[in-house]
This record gives sequence, structure tokens and C-alpha cells, in this order.
Amino acid sequence: MNHIDLSSVLRQTVSCDLYSNLVTRPTGAAVRNQIERLLDDAHDRTLTVIDFSQVAMIDFSCADEVIAKLLISHEADDSPRDAYFLFRGVTDEHWEAIEAVLERRGLALVVERADGIHVVGTLGNEERRTWEAVRQLGRASQHELAERLDVSIAEAQHALDVLRRRRLVMRVADTYIVVGAHRGG
Amino acid sequence: MTTVVNVPPSLDDHTFDDVLRQLTTVPSDAKVLLDARHVRWASPFGLTALLTLAQTRTEMPALAVPELEETASYWARAGFFRYAEELYELHGSYPKRAGASDSNVLLEIMSVAKSEDVHDVVGRIQQKAQLMLRELSLDAKATVGFAMTLSEICQNIVEHAGRGGWVMVQTYRWTKRLGRRVVVIAVADAGVGFRQSLETSPGKDRGDRWDDAAALEDAVIRGVSRFRDPGRGQGLAGVRRYLGRWDGKLSVRSGTARIAIVPNWDDDVPLAEHLPPFPGAQVQVTIPERAPSAQPQPVSARTQR
Repeated sequence: MNHIDLSSVLRQTVSCDLYSNLVTRPTGAAVRNQIERLLDDAHDRTLTVIDFSQVAMIDFSCADEVIAKLLISHEADDSPRDAYFLFRGVTDEHWEAIEAVLERRGLALVVERADGIHVVGTLGNEERRTWEAVRQLGRASQHELAERLDVSIAEAQHALDVLRRRRLVMRVADTYIVVGAHRGG
Repeated sequence: MTTVVNVPPSLDDHTFDDVLRQLTTVPSDAKVLLDARHVRWASPFGLTALLTLAQTRTEMPALAVPELEETASYWARAGFFRYAEELYELHGSYPKRAGASDSNVLLEIMSVAKSEDVHDVVGRIQQKAQLMLRELSLDAKATVGFAMTLSEICQNIVEHAGRGGWVMVQTYRWTKRLGRRVVVIAVADAGVGFRQSLETSPGKDRGDRWDDAAALEDAVIRGVSRFRDPGRGQGLAGVRRYLGRWDGKLSVRSGTARIAIVPNWDDDVPLAEHLPPFPGAQVQVTIPERAPSAQPQPVSARTQR
């Protein structure tokens, strides 16, 4: 598992120790590119913790460049790698901008909070229900999920495929776990 | 021949139009003298717009500075003369050094031309966060949103204007109707403006009605951007959301129109058209002091899912 401290990436990117704010599109694009470079050094399938703990604030434009575009590029069919992201240290102050870009782009992500992991952003009721069921099961096959949700196996498989494409659950052998599940929650 | 333009005693986002009206028929290469000798008060909008006005003239204009020592001193503390010396032939006496900082000036005038300038602006306003909390009874969440708002508005210059502009932040008492203190952001540039910027959008359908007012409605109300990327246009949308939560006002002037998101405490018109033309874009954000009983919309009532 990778851990990326966004404030460190920011300082490397803007070459200035004074900046602790993720603001402006050029800064966001540079930070995202640096994250992509770090991911290039990782395995084919990776779980990366994106850590906001030391970031004072993020604005809408930067959130779009760093978070939305990172998620979009890895949701795509031609994604360069099988990468998953867990967001840590996201406070109410960060959430304002993050929420706006997730809504605008129709995206969702997994955040780690003191009380466990949560999925946030734009998610349909069935998607949310499936994600919660997988989280509660801990590690679920499509058969177990179908039984839990009282749906057909094909429907359960489809729901898992959708969440996997959205980088919200990971496939491990013949089972599925929610992103960040082993971190607690 | 020099054209003399009288600057109103109270210079703000509305009275600045009186200045522009006097210039409507004056060619940009004609010599003008802005007579600000009798100015007693100027808002951040007024000061940044004066700098912007000089940028629009091909012949360097002259400016007769305020005669009132208190006013000239304030303009100096706001950082006005630091930039005006390069843009105007200044007539009259004014403090060459800014002197002690003014506690009402949260951010003295700063030039904004590149991304790094926005980092500097946001960093400086964060240093004043405690002052904002104390003066305006705002909470910490409001100051973060304020910095985000400032960042997004300044980025409009970097991304769209095509030339540098200015920003200033100040607190003062809003006597008309409100009777409370406010914090005001003014950001002004003399760049391409909203209409011309949106016209560069590929496949832009201009429709039957396409003018400065329509461009402002597209950008400010509907979040339209010249970029195809659907993630664009979020900045002003986010600013509107923030202002809605804190009962703030947004006013954007570009070309011959001004659009405003007007809260109950103000009586401005939502859309003003056929104003005297002025290049670029001039944005003003006004956040009122929190009323004793006022509560912002709680986070849980928003759309967090």
C-alpha cells in the first residue's frame, strides 16, 4: 500500500515550503502528475492512501484537478493501472470543495475517518446498498452478496462490477472487499 | 488637449460608472486627467478599478490625488500608490511610505497575474483569519470558505483575463439598510471580459440574444465556461454556494453589464445593462458580519451523502 502525503507533494511541486494550500488548477495538475509518477513506481494493482492531514485548504479548481481527474483517469476502461484510493485526513474545511467536484462529475470515493471507512459523493441507492453490504460482509463473493441483498447472482455480479469500475471495491481472487476494508470500519 | 474626469467623492462599484460615463466618447489614446482631489472615501472596488482603468489607456493618464490627508493616507496604506506610480502621472502630495498598516485592510492591493500570486493572496488572507473571526463574528468554516472564494475569483484573472489584475480585501461598516460590518473582496482586471472569453468556446451557440449581460448570466448563473471540460465553471458556482450560506453578495461587472446575487440586506438590481463600457471583469464579494441570531445552514442539511 502506498501513502501519499499531499502537503509533501505540494511542497515538491511548487518548490516552496511556504505553501500549504492546494489552490489553483496549475498547482492541482502538477500535484496530480506527481501522484501519477509515484503510482508508476508501484505494482500493477495498488491501494494508495491520499493523505490530506497537513493540507490547510483546497479550493474547487484544485479539487477538480487533483481528486476528480485522478478518479476519472482510473475509472476509464484504458486506465494505466489497477489503482484504488483511500482518502485520509479530510476535514469539513476540505469537504466543501471535494463535495462540489464529486457532485459535478458524478464521482464517489472512500474516506477514512476515526469511526471507520465511508463512501461519499454521488452514488445511487443500489450502489450504496451494495457497498454497505460488502463492507459488512468484510469479504464477499457474488453468491454471498446475492444472498445478503436477496437478488440474483447475475445482479450481484453486475453491482460488484460497477463498484469495482468506480474504484470503490477491490476484487481479491473470487471475492470482493471495499477499498480500505482492512484498515478497519 | 487633456480631458478632465471628475472622480466622485465616494467611489464604489456604482459611482465608478460615473467615471466611465465621462470617458465614453474619449478615445483611448487621448490624454485624460482623473481629478480625485475631492474623493473622501473609496471602496476596494473603487481603488482596484482605478488601477484597471489606467491599463485601458494607451496614453498614460494623470491622476490628481485626494487632497484630504486622511484619504490619501488611507490609499497609501491600501497599497494604491505603489501601483499607481507606474500607471499614472500623479499630481498632488501623498505619503510616499505606507506607514502603519490599517486594521481594516485585510489584504492591501496585490497584483495577480500568475498562479503563484494566488498562493500568496490566499496565504496572506489566512494570516488575517483570526482578525476576521473577531471583527465579523464569523466562524472558522467561514474563513476557509472566504479563502476559497478569494482563490477562485483571483484565478479567473489568471485563467481568462489574458493580462494581470488586482485584488484587495477590506472591512467596513455597511450603513445602508444593513447597519453591520462587512468584509469586501474586490478583484479587477482589464482583460478580455466574460463575453469575449465565452466566445472562444468551440461551437458556442450565441443565439438571438448575445451580449455582455447574456455572457454574465451564462458564466455566473449557469456556470458555463469557455472550456469543454465539464469540471470547469465550478469556481463561481462554489462562490455562489458559499455566499448563499453566509448571506453574502456577489456582483460581477463586465463590458456594459453587471450581474448581482443580491441578499435581502441589499437593494441592488440583479442585472444592470447598457452601462458605460469597461474592458475585463470586476468582481465584488461582500460578506456581512454575522447577526447575533443568524445561523448558517448546517453541514448535515447540505447534500453530503
